[in-house]
Amino acid sequence: MQSFRNHEGVVVPLDRANVDTDQIIPKQFLKSVKRTGFGENLFDAWRFLDEGEIGKTNRQENPQFVLNDSRYRNASILLARRNFGCGSSREHAVWALMQYGIRCVIAPSFADIFYNNCVNNGLLPVPLPEEKVAQIFVAASSSEPLTANVDLENQRVTYENTESISFSIDSGSRKRLLEGMDEIGLTLRETDKIRKFERQHQRTMPWLFTDNP
Amino acid sequence: MPRTLYDKIWDSHHVGTREDGLDLLYIDRHLLHEVTSPQAFEGLTLASRKPWRLDANLATVDHSIPTTDRSEGVKGIADPIAREQVEVLNTNCDSFNIRYFDMLDHRQGIVHVVGPEQGATLPGMTIVCGDSHTSTHGAFGALAHGIGTSEVEHVLATQCLVQQKSRNMCVHIQGPLNESCSAKDIVLALIRQIGTAGATGHTIEYCGDVVSSLSLEGRMTICNMSIEAGARAGLMGIDERTVVYLESRPFAPKGGLWHEAVDYWLQLNTDSDANFDTTVELDVTELAPQVSWGTNPELVIGIDEVVPSSDDFSDEAKSETVGRALEYMDLTPGTPISEVILDKVFIGSCTNARIEDLRQAASIARGRKVASNIKNAFVVPGSGLVKKQAEQEGLDEVFKQAGFEWREPGCSMCLAMNNDRLYPGERCASTSNRNFEGRQGHMGRTHLVSPATAAASAIAGKIADVREYL
Ligand code: SF4
Repeated sequence: MQSFRNHEGVVVPLDRANVDTDQIIPKQFLKSVKRTGFGENLFDAWRFLDEGEIGKTNRQENPQFVLNDSRYRNASILLARRNFGCGSSREHAVWALMQYGIRCVIAPSFADIFYNNCVNNGLLPVPLPEEKVAQIFVAASSSEPLTANVDLENQRVTYENTESISFSIDSGSRKRLLEGMDEIGLTLRETDKIRKFERQHQRTMPWLFTDNP
Repeated sequence: MPRTLYDKIWDSHHVGTREDGLDLLYIDRHLLHEVTSPQAFEGLTLASRKPWRLDANLATVDHSIPTTDRSEGVKGIADPIAREQVEVLNTNCDSFNIRYFDMLDHRQGIVHVVGPEQGATLPGMTIVCGDSHTSTHGAFGALAHGIGTSEVEHVLATQCLVQQKSRNMCVHIQGPLNESCSAKDIVLALIRQIGTAGATGHTIEYCGDVVSSLSLEGRMTICNMSIEAGARAGLMGIDERTVVYLESRPFAPKGGLWHEAVDYWLQLNTDSDANFDTTVELDVTELAPQVSWGTNPELVIGIDEVVPSSDDFSDEAKSETVGRALEYMDLTPGTPISEVILDKVFIGSCTNARIEDLRQAASIARGRKVASNIKNAFVVPGSGLVKKQAEQEGLDEVFKQAGFEWREPGCSMCLAMNNDRLYPGERCASTSNRNFEGRQGHMGRTHLVSPATAAASAIAGKIADVREYL
């Protein structure tokens, strides 16, 4: 996975709560068996006026949608309201965000599975209190695009001349993001421990190890 | 120290703590399907890794396949991209030696229907699947999590899930439940009460007499939608009904091992003095059948209520969401929900496509006709075995005579990855679990209801009060 230390970029304000993964990447794009190519269909039903399909070109952009606003064309930090990423477990949602160019999502809260999927891919989810998020919304919605700095090492978000805001993240996720570690490799270091557990588990619950049908 | 059921399953599967401080949880059962597994298998191949333990895995195909005639198998899938996805699962299961119920297998079905039906879901297990509705399996007292594709790969390679322990929430359901309502109405009422993020960071345990009185099918319906309340897992205690449901299922233990397992399971429940971080009381005694009117599963009202207005909510974010939902759903505040005209009806999904759901819907449809304004009324059984059982009971004939379409098993119009879908502007009463924008088709509008309400609504041609049809 990609590591995340420090990122500076334009903030795009997506003023919606409960943004679900069906919106982030609609179902028709989940038919792909690849890991790439999702960025162009991020928020497809909101970003475009015509109905999207895999491989469709010459799309009609929706001028009302914030990602299509010229101020935010190069944005890499997404700002949203509470419960971002609720719904389906599709990791395609995180792939779509990253492949579009988003490196960090700031919101008051995130859905659990989405949060894990972010950390497993090197996209940084930053939970901030509602009132702080509201302040950033104001700053990011002015005529000049807002640039913010997200510093994972020090767990701080800084923008304009305002005081930096600290955010929380569990130490394990922080470490994995900072170092971009191979998650499976890390667990496989514990192979002996897992084998030992497995033998014990089979003794206490043998019925879980009978390959029945 | 007294422990909850969640604590106990967690403790008995806790392998250890990794260098980075995160916990490793051993996984007993891993369910796979075509949408969230291809990139995981690809990852394994690229890293030259092998599945850790083959017999823990079980795969089936459900999301992308058509629900019309399937006699030609994968070759008969008209959509080339969907066909490729199913072919890739066929190849992966073959080359990795994963047990697989393919399109032509009579046991194929929606993964969350198949697991319990096969007895591949057992009490006290940890279960994962690359699908958020894995919470369904919690109805058996199993700790079941939805996971992303990286985690699918991780579980395949290591038999462990990296987890942080969640908090314990108790949802105490106060009854009795009246006969016009079912498990679906209960869970819709719950999400309305606590919101779509109400249980974020928690594992829910449902308790109270109402839960004990429900069949396993009904319990699965409730656990299924735990994710819609933000919980990654929902759980229910283990009792005689759980045991009776599982006995003699193909994957369930047999003989002496069965008795040993049952003894263990029945002792696994939450200790009477265990502590929950959060407790929610839900009173269903006066509950009316529930209907979602908006674009997330907390935007729910009773069948005898009117569509709300954004002014009804003081919370700014909620008021804004309500305003957008009204616009998307093309509804006017103050409209009685029972006057809303429909185009389509869908009875199916991992929430409500089990035999009991079909029986409930059929009991309403029997001897009646689908209204002429309904373009399609689909009944999509949850699995090949549910379909067969329903046909043995003659339910297929009841539906067909009433004007419903009787389909092959799969996810179908729950998420419309195949051709079963809403077209722009169409409105549907659906027994599925998500009413998000476009979920059932681009610009489609979904109203979540119980199977009985869906059947009554097909007959009425509008969202119906099932109490008039009992
Ligand atoms: S029926 Fe719907 S919710 Fe259930 S697994 Fe299929 S798509 Fe997901």
